[in-house]
Amino acid sequence: MHTGIDELLEKYWHIPGGLVPLLQEVQKVHGYLSREILEKIASGMGISLAKVAGVATFYHQFHLTPRGRYIIKVCMGTACHVRGAAEVLFAMEDELGIKVGHTTPDLTFTLDQVACLGACGLAPVITINDETYGKLTPGQVPKLIEKYREEAAVVH
Amino acid sequence: MRRKVLVCGGTGCVSSRSREVYDALESELAGRGLGEQFELKYTGCHGFCEQGPLVLVEPEGYFYCRVTKEHVAKLVDSLQEGSVYEDLLYKDPDTGNRVKTRNDVPFYQKQKRLVLKNCGLINPESIEDYLNAGGYRTLQKVFKMSPDAVIDEVKKAGLRGRGGGGFPTGLKWEYARKARGDKKYIICNADEGDPGAFMDRSILEGDPHRVLEGMLTAGYAIGAGEGFVYIRAEYPLAVRRLDIAIKEAREKGFLGENILGSGFNFDIHIKQGAGAFVCGEETALIESIQGNRGMPRPRPPFPAVKGLWDRPTVVNNVETLANLPIIFDMGAEAYAAIGTEQSKGTKIFALTGKIKNTGLVEVPMGITLREIIFDIGGGIPNGKKFKAVQIGGPSGGGLSAQHLDLPIDYDSLIDAGAMMGSGGLVVMDEDTCMVELARFFLSFTRMEACGKCTPCREGNTRLLEILERIVEGRGELQDLDLLESLGHTIIDTSLCGLGQSAPNPVLSALKYFRPEYEMHVKNKLCPAGVCKALLSYRIIEEKCKACGLCLKHCPVGAITGKKGEPHRIDPEMCKKCGECLKKCPFGAIVLAGGDGFGQGQSDHKRNHVSRTQALYNLKSGGRERH
Amino acid sequence: MCVVEVKGARKLMAACATPVSDGMEVLTESDRVINARREILRLLIANHDLRCLTCERNGDCRLQDYCYRYKVEDTPYKGEVIEYPIDTNNPFFIRDYSKCIRCGKCVTVCAEINGAYVYDFMHRGFETKVTSAYDDTLQETTCTFCGMCVNVCPVAALVEKSTLWAGRPWEIKKVTTTCPYCGVGCQLKLKVKDNRIIGVAADRSGPNLGDLCSKGQFGWDYVHSPDRLTDPLVKRNGKFIKVSWDEALNYVAARFKDILNEWGGRAFAGLSSAKCTNEENYLFQKFMRSILQTNNIDHCARL
Repeated sequence: MHTGIDELLEKYWHIPGGLVPLLQEVQKVHGYLSREILEKIASGMGISLAKVAGVATFYHQFHLTPRGRYIIKVCMGTACHVRGAAEVLFAMEDELGIKVGHTTPDLTFTLDQVACLGACGLAPVITINDETYGKLTPGQVPKLIEKYREEAAVVH
Repeated sequence: MRRKVLVCGGTGCVSSRSREVYDALESELAGRGLGEQFELKYTGCHGFCEQGPLVLVEPEGYFYCRVTKEHVAKLVDSLQEGSVYEDLLYKDPDTGNRVKTRNDVPFYQKQKRLVLKNCGLINPESIEDYLNAGGYRTLQKVFKMSPDAVIDEVKKAGLRGRGGGGFPTGLKWEYARKARGDKKYIICNADEGDPGAFMDRSILEGDPHRVLEGMLTAGYAIGAGEGFVYIRAEYPLAVRRLDIAIKEAREKGFLGENILGSGFNFDIHIKQGAGAFVCGEETALIESIQGNRGMPRPRPPFPAVKGLWDRPTVVNNVETLANLPIIFDMGAEAYAAIGTEQSKGTKIFALTGKIKNTGLVEVPMGITLREIIFDIGGGIPNGKKFKAVQIGGPSGGGLSAQHLDLPIDYDSLIDAGAMMGSGGLVVMDEDTCMVELARFFLSFTRMEACGKCTPCREGNTRLLEILERIVEGRGELQDLDLLESLGHTIIDTSLCGLGQSAPNPVLSALKYFRPEYEMHVKNKLCPAGVCKALLSYRIIEEKCKACGLCLKHCPVGAITGKKGEPHRIDPEMCKKCGECLKKCPFGAIVLAGGDGFGQGQSDHKRNHVSRTQALYNLKSGGRERH
Repeated sequence: MCVVEVKGARKLMAACATPVSDGMEVLTESDRVINARREILRLLIANHDLRCLTCERNGDCRLQDYCYRYKVEDTPYKGEVIEYPIDTNNPFFIRDYSKCIRCGKCVTVCAEINGAYVYDFMHRGFETKVTSAYDDTLQETTCTFCGMCVNVCPVAALVEKSTLWAGRPWEIKKVTTTCPYCGVGCQLKLKVKDNRIIGVAADRSGPNLGDLCSKGQFGWDYVHSPDRLTDPLVKRNGKFIKVSWDEALNYVAARFKDILNEWGGRAFAGLSSAKCTNEENYLFQKFMRSILQTNNIDHCARL
């Protein structure tokens, strides 16, 4: 079930400060950090579940619930903000029917906002998995999402 | 000499698909058997992100902008002929003339690229390139000096931390050198979290060895054996290139045991951040490396005395470290000749927002905002007027037109109510609402606060709520005083830099743009036309030709009107999306400040607060406790 | 709240974390300090369940004390107040996090004194919550119910169930006594109202410096139990009959003598209790060995 965790624990349990990179690597494999995973890590590292959960809930990078197949990150950096990122985000929320920070019930999309993607020249900018889309307008959103919906339908 | 074709591989250009251009160039050159004649490189950031993807041809210096893979065939034609591909040259928006070489582009003319010298010119994934550009040369010099002499040299150069506060780097080192510890550490702070700042990322992506060289110098000076680079996980390209650089440096003997026969041992490891802005604060960063929640510790003891694993630790920012090879290359005196009395050298700014030339610029300290924004940045697009510039991200402050001729250095910015921060420089035009902008920054710091100190955790939430009230038209005049007094308390009582600087955007805006705040509160108007609750769309009857376009495009059916008679917008139904204004061919629809949306002041509440104050005064007279 | 003004320092310093240095001038109640404390209090009560009327800590609450001391009546910050459901799941105390001020004392005492590591800070920023992982009920955690978290809580976020609606703080007499459960001799304060114990508070004068375990903290309910023995009983004709102490002790002494004479010391075994002190245990084994002439001695701590 939780493949690879034992190996990763073996690699990190004795390293001071190993908790954060361990959580990062486990999440890379499993997509998110379930309760069972955190319990396993706590007992494997010999620390309390409260400490592990405290760290996991502190950092934005860690997700305690399942994530969508496509992760949409809307940049909310200053440059994007003054060039209308909020409008794009609202359009995304409308189109997907979820609030930012959530995942569609069919686990197809997760909508996130991020501080700065560092592509300010392309503001407002979003990424969907590894693809970057710049100079977006709210009007372009439905078509863009549709493209991914179709892709998801084909694969399933 | 082989001619070089340098394709920008910075994140900005990668996002606009520069990799495709590189791949197409590679196969095109190979296809025509020109692979030997031209040296094709995928480089770090050239800085001029607005015009990306960028391609530079050396030694001529031809500077091609917005190159796509469709241009590649013709581009290679020009390379073969030794001619210029006119259509891709930078076009001066003012004159319409094409500019041939990079050095003639106004964006680069006023810059002084020292730290960014190699960025865009070398392949960041090749240590050979860095060595050919003079890299690691200063280590020979440094290792011949005593550590104390190295520290003296940095002090003499006047280098100050580029990450925010501007603390003298040499002094920090001296504390760490003198502090006792069986081990000492150097940490490179690459947790660049300010929205709108990307200079650290660009340095790491474009010239990673420079940072390693700086860390080696710092490590030698304080007597550290190990260094960490704490870098945002959101910068995958920088992480990868840094990883390659560290491996190469180990292979070439620049990291490891007995470096260059000096007897000095040093190695560097990468620690990836997990998404917490507060970890840019040095004590929170240390907590994070130790595997804890990134909550800052009280200082003193300072990390230089008691830092990572309770050992003396120097935390320096990427740009600070990248300055060291320059200092030891040109000498402290020559370095100190650049800049102002108290701020030496250059500073890199990320120029973004309502500006023609978005990008990364390196300028000498003491340059004026006007030079950066208008000469380098090309001014404000679409003929709009300059309104303000936010310096230092969410921790900095907004400066107005009165500061345009202010020479920028650490101290002048603090005096003006802003701060250097990491060097984000966001330009705002007349369409930006300063209240809304402050609200945006507060929503960021509220989300990023660690939650340890009450003033920051609770106070910033309350500042944000007050600002939300104001932009929604429910603000009261006393809210402005509340913002000021609460803001000062948060600065005065928070433990770390995040809390101490979070109210800066509000306080500076209140200082320089108070009339705009008052308009929101008293008149329920947003002069910039941004705060939706304070706006209404109206059709000017005389101008309306009753074409029906607006009616057709209104998504909520708020517009009514028959053929031949002026149309109307129902303010109750209107969602203020602005579609009608965009569609109207006659300019008959205008956006006007509304007045009916705010609830106005509540006398009851105001009386209540004054009653409390009266009671307090009364009690202070009779039953003083202190 | 611990901010003080240090002359020459740009900002206020945390008194609890700033080392004293030579020539340092510290102002603990300057106007600047008082204004800052008032502002912090206004912020704290802006996100606090202010139903003080029926609060169990009303009159014994640090937040109230400071608000009174610095004359903070109300807050100008009317905004979001986070309300959490009250956790009443464990048998000993309730967790009402709408009253938590996130001081983290429970985290420290649980981790550093008890070593149970039940609590930690969860989430961050305004949403920061001091609680168990996943808000688990304490039975699901490593909690030993020592109750020290309850004793250090400055407000009513953690409150003993036995004190709920049992009396106002000023009606409660605090009686210092020694915990009867073991030989350590922990000091504690019994909260007594109308001659009945309703709870236990920490007492920092004894060897335990205020720390307790679950027995001392919550194990006092036997005191008022109707099943409790209050007189010596002797079984006669299959029935327990109430007798005087003299009569009971004489009976026991006589039987000891008879058995010793008839069967010798091997017929005896003695089992002592951890509730006794070391001295009592010493006397007990001495009595068993020299008077009853047996080595059959054991102690409940070995069981």
